[in-house]
Amino acid sequence: MTTTRQQVLVLYLDNSALDSRVVGWARYDGTGATRPTTGDSDEPPYGTGVGALEDGWRLFQASPLIPPYPGAEHATSFLKHEFFFEKLVSQ
Amino acid sequence: MSTTKQLLSSAEVARFTAHGFLRLDGVVPREMNEEALGLFAAGTLPAVPYGTPVPTAFPEASFTRRLLELPVVAGALESLVGPDPEIDHHFVHVRMPHEGSAQALHADALIDVRPDAFDVQLMYYPQEVTADMGGTLVVPGSHLRRINESDTGRYQNLRGQTRLTCPAGTVLLLHHGIWHGGRRNDSDTVRHMYKIRFNPTVPQVRLWDTRDLDSPAVREELGRFFPWYEQATGRLEIHNRVLLWRSLSADPGFDIEHWATRIANRPGASAVPTATAATAAPTAQGSTA
Repeated sequence: MTTTRQQVLVLYLDNSALDSRVVGWARYDGTGATRPTTGDSDEPPYGTGVGALEDGWRLFQASPLIPPYPGAEHATSFLKHEFFFEKLVSQ
Repeated sequence: MSTTKQLLSSAEVARFTAHGFLRLDGVVPREMNEEALGLFAAGTLPAVPYGTPVPTAFPEASFTRRLLELPVVAGALESLVGPDPEIDHHFVHVRMPHEGSAQALHADALIDVRPDAFDVQLMYYPQEVTADMGGTLVVPGSHLRRINESDTGRYQNLRGQTRLTCPAGTVLLLHHGIWHGGRRNDSDTVRHMYKIRFNPTVPQVRLWDTRDLDSPAVREELGRFFPWYEQATGRLEIHNRVLLWRSLSADPGFDIEHWATRIANRPGASAVPTATAATAAPTAQGSTA
């Protein structure tokens, strides 16, 4: 019987445009074939978010654009432009 | 070997202010590194209560005291955290061979946004750290971001990250807010890292050798843009760095590219009556009540 597993790719981009530069990345593999982890590579898998689309990844979530909190306009925290992609793999 | 402590230059402290850490490669002598590996394996370092002065925590001639008295280490520590800091805690971290997982990217302790003070963490590596030994992951320029502990665990890799490899006897000094984590050890060797956290007991103002305070190298360091910064947020990082440098250098007019000066310019603002200002600022609901 064929089952389906999800592979997830998270890209952090330079600005809110999907074709902007990748500045950070993470991968999770529901097939169990690989075990990506913290600090396992220095080069991103794609140069831009669109690069992932061109390789067959499907975008399923993007960060909303949230105005800065009043009084905290200059505070920095999490990366702002986070895009979640998936591939569904048959096993 | 010199026995006089070697204070950092302004450019080096500016580099710490921008990067959030400094590395001192191979500064601990070989015989001390060998001694450390024996001590760490035996687990015989003494427990130290929070807030203990260095001389009380580590008696004369003890290993840690000698480590902290190495002139280059003593000078760098005094330049950043000041004389007579207190020991917050110390611990030997061990990454076992082929243990299979890495630590989540994190900052230590609690979210800590002190604008004019910081703790310094010393990380000491008594053995050579090669690429497959899972040397500490450090994210340059992450120390001023407001995050709490391992909430950053989702970030596996960031452009420009440092996956530490170093010669034996290397010491890192880090701002308390730096994002870091122990990486997966894929080698056959046990990896040790000894961490000591220091709390300042004096204002952290001009504690270093300031003779080069006006050097172009200071501005060059403080204006640094790291590869993982988003374009817009990277500008905020430099703004926040400027504010920290103003505090450290006691120079309230210091700026990079006019970032901090421009947005503080409010001619006549002090002449505006309080009631008028309040009326002019609607609440989130659109009411002026």
